[in-house]
Amino acid sequence: MTTGLTLKSLRITRGETELLAIDTDVPSGAVLSVMGPSGAGKSTLLAALTGTLAPAFHLQGRVILNGRDITNLPTEARRVGILFQDDLLFPHLSVGQNMAFGLTKGGTRAERRAKIETALTDVGLEGFFERDPATLSGGQKARVALMRMLLSAPEALLLDEAFGGLDPALREHIRALVFTRARTLNLPVVMVTHDPADAEAADGPILKIG
Amino acid sequence: MTPSLTLVPRLTLAALVLPVGAGLWGVIAPLLGLVQITGADPTEAIDALLAWPGLGPSALLSVTTGVSATLLALSLVVLILSQLHGRPALAWLRRLLSPLLSVPHAAAAFGLAFLIAPSGWVTRVFSPWSTGWDQPPDLLILNDPWGLTLTLGLAIKEAPFLLLMSLAALGQTRADQSILIARALGHSASGAWLKTVFPAIYAQIRLPVYVVLAYSMTAVDVALILGPTRPSTLSVQILRWMSDPDLAYRLQGAAGALVQLALVVGVMALWRAAEQAVATLGKAWITGGSRSSGLDRLRPLARVLGGLSSLGVLLGLAGLVIWSFAGQWRYPDVLPDQMTLRSWQRFAPQLTDPLMETALIALASTGIALILCIGSLEAETRHNLRPTGRAMALLYLPLLIPQIAFLPGLQVLLLQSGLTSGRWVVVLSHLVFVLPYVFLSLSDPWRAWDRRYGTVASALGSSPDGVLFRVRLPMLLAPLLTAAAIGCAVSVGQYLPTLLAGGGRVATITTEAVALSSGGNRRAIGVYAVAQTLAALIPFAIALGLPRLVHRNRRALIPETR
Repeated sequence: MTTGLTLKSLRITRGETELLAIDTDVPSGAVLSVMGPSGAGKSTLLAALTGTLAPAFHLQGRVILNGRDITNLPTEARRVGILFQDDLLFPHLSVGQNMAFGLTKGGTRAERRAKIETALTDVGLEGFFERDPATLSGGQKARVALMRMLLSAPEALLLDEAFGGLDPALREHIRALVFTRARTLNLPVVMVTHDPADAEAADGPILKIG
Repeated sequence: MTPSLTLVPRLTLAALVLPVGAGLWGVIAPLLGLVQITGADPTEAIDALLAWPGLGPSALLSVTTGVSATLLALSLVVLILSQLHGRPALAWLRRLLSPLLSVPHAAAAFGLAFLIAPSGWVTRVFSPWSTGWDQPPDLLILNDPWGLTLTLGLAIKEAPFLLLMSLAALGQTRADQSILIARALGHSASGAWLKTVFPAIYAQIRLPVYVVLAYSMTAVDVALILGPTRPSTLSVQILRWMSDPDLAYRLQGAAGALVQLALVVGVMALWRAAEQAVATLGKAWITGGSRSSGLDRLRPLARVLGGLSSLGVLLGLAGLVIWSFAGQWRYPDVLPDQMTLRSWQRFAPQLTDPLMETALIALASTGIALILCIGSLEAETRHNLRPTGRAMALLYLPLLIPQIAFLPGLQVLLLQSGLTSGRWVVVLSHLVFVLPYVFLSLSDPWRAWDRRYGTVASALGSSPDGVLFRVRLPMLLAPLLTAAAIGCAVSVGQYLPTLLAGGGRVATITTEAVALSSGGNRRAIGVYAVAQTLAALIPFAIALGLPRLVHRNRRALIPETR
């Protein structure tokens, strides 16, 4: 079985115009950086991978994840995690409840709670379970969003300008954290960015579109 | 995915359009002889209507009171906005007027009556030291034959609605920049507003203005309380015919409803033509080079009139409260000799049933409306539907077609098909008017919700239903409750649908309160009108308080406090 994310003759069109055409493999543990000016279709590519492409667009080709054809699966069945520029922590849930929303099913209440506490401790946020996400700093929110996503046991990771909202010092730190985690878990990563430093840090193939 | 979800938008439109359509059919069909009503002959009914000497005067009253009330309300709003744009006085007025929007029409009308009646607060304050009156003056202020008090009552109740609709429209225009540029070109502040902002605003509030026009021409409860009696406005007369035990009058009422509909449509067409004329004159004014430097002198007038119109409702409500607690209260004393709970104790037993009925009908119609609106909006999200312009116009249909024009038809149809009118028919008839307001209130926050939250939740493994119930609805708790409060207030205030769809057998706090208007027992009216106002306002208190309680530790979801 092939592992990793395969974009097989992927072609996205809108009406008669072709927005992008990609044919590439992202092996497990590798990061594909997608760069290009705004409007080039970077976010459209990620929408195609999460299954949230607007109906005006037409998708051809296949998306294969660890041997599974996920091209037509609904978002919730793909096991593809995504981080946006904004943390998008659910404001009506506490930090811990946000993580519990992501955590895969199973386990007793106590076991689930323990897993979440461990994940929080892992990123230096011990004791944050009951906190209101609105009271967290930007870096803390980014770490919660990352751990929430990882607790859902994704098989691939998508980054949509995920570090764009952070100030430079923090940015480097969070970026390193995300890449290290992805590598440890052996996840294929597709990162959309307009910052060359992101692509450099990713240390992987760069795809320029637009 | 639930395929049935795509049916919800259609169901919603059906709930809006079917009752209106059926009602109009019920008015027209018996007159054309397509439906037989036992004991009533269409030709005779039409002849009887035309032979009724009051037809001309009452039709004229409908037109004069409706058009003047709309003109007054619109002029007041334009005056306030053009003179007070960006000033603290406008923020003040907005805070003062917003809660007035949900005060039921009947309660506001009673309050105004208590204020300006010959024995009302206004003359009490000035008597006897300045007027010399020891007795209430013998003046016909309430129910005056020209409908002036009715016009005033309608205008001050409709002005807050137009003001808030205009303020919402203002948010979507670049008013501040336009005014800045116009002022840099030498125009006065209010002239700049009228010349650069008003045209864009009016285009957006045109439908609400037509709603006010249709409502003001045909309102029944306000006309019963403040309007002329011999003849009354046409709508009141139609109601009288529809409530007559002699079934032959039902058909005469239906014929009257048709005349009323024609009047409203005709006046709307004339209003449309007048809009064109005003636009032509306005363009000449805008391009004529005048800087309208004197216009800003109207600013004190805007403050005074804006203040007076909100005071008219607020003091009126205060008057209702005081009358409900009043013991002995002699003229011209400004306040009663003593305050007592006697009136409340006396009327409390008979208030319980109508209040329960009111709550039941309001909760049922609002609940159905919420489910239909959430279903429609969610179908829009999941299936990438966008409502067409025509569908949005249908939303306004029940507000543009006067109640008195189609509700009699519903009653005729129910009668003719032998269906019992009753509570559930009333709920469905309220739904027709609750739905548009709930939808208009909910759709903006619903669509403004960041859909990436949904993407994130799905990517975390949540099903579409999970996203809806575990993420979107909890996040939208505050706007959902506001929409529900508006729905309840609309339902509580309904008079005519309750009366006609209920066949006179469903008694809500509103039908009971309006029924007191002819009796003149001020303490009873005070108690009932205060109870009616509370029934409409309590849902708003809940809508304001509950999110703060539920989300007390969730800063991002507490609505801004001022």
